[in-house]
Amino acid sequence: MIFLDDTDKKILNTIQFDFPLEKEPFMKLGNELGISEEEVIKRLQRLHDEGAIRKIGPIINRTGIGGTSTLVAANVPDERIDEVADYINEYQEVSHNYLRPERYNVWFTISAPDRVRIDNILNDLRKRTGLEFIDLPTKRLFKIGVKFDIR
Amino acid sequence: MDAIDERILKATQNGIPLKRSPFAKIAIELGISEQEIIDRLGKMKEDNVIRRFGASIGHRDIGIVANAMCVWNVPDERTEEVGAIMAAFEEVTHCYERPRAPGWDYNLFTMVHSYTQEDCKEVAAKISQATGIDNYKLLFSQTEFKKTGVRL
Repeated sequence: MIFLDDTDKKILNTIQFDFPLEKEPFMKLGNELGISEEEVIKRLQRLHDEGAIRKIGPIINRTGIGGTSTLVAANVPDERIDEVADYINEYQEVSHNYLRPERYNVWFTISAPDRVRIDNILNDLRKRTGLEFIDLPTKRLFKIGVKFDIR
Repeated sequence: MDAIDERILKATQNGIPLKRSPFAKIAIELGISEQEIIDRLGKMKEDNVIRRFGASIGHRDIGIVANAMCVWNVPDERTEEVGAIMAAFEEVTHCYERPRAPGWDYNLFTMVHSYTQEDCKEVAAKISQATGIDNYKLLFSQTEFKKTGVRL
C-alpha cells in the first residue's frame, strides 16, 4: 500500500474535483497548499507512478454527448471466468469490468454512441461465449459523483 | 461539442502530462492556444459534457479496497422517494434505477467505496434503516478486470 502524508492526502482530496483549469495549474495548487510548484509536480509524479493517481483528465459524460450506457451481468462458470473477461475487455466501449461472486458474477459497463452498438456488442458476446447476459440499462440516474474521502 | 472539443478530449482523456504548463504541448498539436483549451474544457464542464476534470484515484492502491455494489429490491411506486434518500448518503457514489430481469429482482443500485467490507456493510444497514428496504444484497468486487472510464 502506498504511504500518504498529510500533504499527499490534501492534494488527492483537492484534485479530484477542484483541479485548477489554468495554464499553470500546479503552481496554483502549490500556492493553495503552501508548497512550491516543483514539489507539487514531484509529489504528483510519485503518486502517479505508484498508482494512487491513475490520471488527471476529463471524466466524460456519455449521455451528455449523446451516447448511452448499460450495466451487464453474466453467470460465468468459474473455470471460464478469465477467458470470458478477456473477451469482454477487448471492446473499447467496455469501461469497467469486475468479478463479484454471486449468482451473476461478471459485471461490466458498456458506453457507446448509440444503443445499436451496445446490442451488437452483446449479440457478439453471446455468440462468442455461448453465455446469457442480462442487460440493465439506466432507467433513472439519482447520483453520480465518485469522490474518495482519503483519510 | 464540436470537432475541436472532441480532439481536446481525445488528447487529454489518458491524462495530461504532470509538468509545468501541461496544456502547452496539446495546444501546439491542435494549433490553438492554451487559453482556448482551458476555456473549452471549462465550457464542457458547464455543459455537462464532462462530469469533472481532475484526478482518477487508484483507490485500491491507497487502501480503499472495499467496493460494494448494493442492490435493492424496491417496490416500483417507492423508487423515486427511496432513490433520493439513498443518493443523499455521502458514502454512496453512484445511485441508479435499472430494470429487473428474469431471475434478477433488484431495481436500485448503489455503489459504496470504503476502507473495509465492514464499513460498507454498516453503510448499507444505515441505508436500509433510513428507507425501510430490507430486501438487499452487497456484491463486493473481488477482481478488477478493467477500469478505463468512458473513452471517446
